[in-house]
Amino acid sequence: MVSFINLVSLWILPLIILTILTVGLIKKVPVYEVFTDGAKDGFKVSINIIPYLVAIIVSISMLRASGFIEYIGTLFSGIFEYFKVPVEVLPIMIVRSLSGSAALGVFSDIAHNLGPDSYATKLAAVMVGSSETTFYVLAVYFGSVGIKKFRYALATGIIADIIGIVAAIFVCRILV
Amino acid sequence: MNYIFYCLILLSIIFGAVTGKLSDVVNAILSGAELSVKVAFSLIGIMAFWLGIMKIAQECGLVKILAKILMPITKVLFRDIKSNNDAIGDIAMNFTANALGLSNAATPIGIKAMQEMQEVNKDKSSASDAMCMFLAMNTAGFQIVPATVIAVLVSVGYKNPTDIILPVLVVTSIAFVSAIIVALIFKKLWRAQ
Repeated sequence: MVSFINLVSLWILPLIILTILTVGLIKKVPVYEVFTDGAKDGFKVSINIIPYLVAIIVSISMLRASGFIEYIGTLFSGIFEYFKVPVEVLPIMIVRSLSGSAALGVFSDIAHNLGPDSYATKLAAVMVGSSETTFYVLAVYFGSVGIKKFRYALATGIIADIIGIVAAIFVCRILV
Repeated sequence: MNYIFYCLILLSIIFGAVTGKLSDVVNAILSGAELSVKVAFSLIGIMAFWLGIMKIAQECGLVKILAKILMPITKVLFRDIKSNNDAIGDIAMNFTANALGLSNAATPIGIKAMQEMQEVNKDKSSASDAMCMFLAMNTAGFQIVPATVIAVLVSVGYKNPTDIILPVLVVTSIAFVSAIIVALIFKKLWRAQ
């Protein structure tokens, strides 16, 4: 199973690229010129998102540095015991919508300290594996087209994240 | 967003002052700003590459074919841009790339989809319903194989790291479907206001 998945993930990108180029040639598209023409926008788009990234990443780095996230953790530890969720995974729940690298960092930390066989490691793995960094996604995508009013996009992302966390807790109890 | 930005900064400064970590908070400004530029710069090359490849896919009609296959679903979810084939095709490609865990490919394609949705957006500074739906799908992070997590598990000596694929798939599907439902509900509520 592992080797099969590795094989698929190794081949999927080369196959996509090859298919697109082959179909392009068959349909007589000037692939080199079209490629460079499309690639031109790469620089412009990346530079455009910098102000939005700075706003989101700086404010979240500041919040993390202030110790606020740990404080929230101690506040909720009672609820955790009630649902038999290991307290170690709490930072992941808070951090995973805000910063992908932080969530992965906390997860590696749990995996190294508690070992591969602990329930906390498995639950943390499912929580990190099934989530996307909501704030980062919004900053990049809205930043790329200069949208300033997010309307209900942020609320939707956060509600879905919460549902994901609850689902992770229940699914892990049944399947892991 | 204005209030959220303000609250995040206010909270960090007040909290930093109370916990005596104010110098860390100030340092975080510098490191955060540096990280943002690093992220943006690391995107340039891969962005250019995928925008180039996607342009070929578009010219030779592959994007249109993919858009047509997914039409029954996207017609319901993206009602306000259903006539824009390129945008629908890019949304489909972005979803495929995300599902396969190819975030390097998904981001440039997703940004292209956003630009196409922006073209038909009436108020250029405000998110359209299609954009909110698209981002709901993206923030839910639907993924078939969580490659990074498996890599970490392997590194700590987890025997069957593929164990977590099934629970992750179940959870990610639940989150993905609920994101779409929540976005549909919000769309109705927002219009009613």
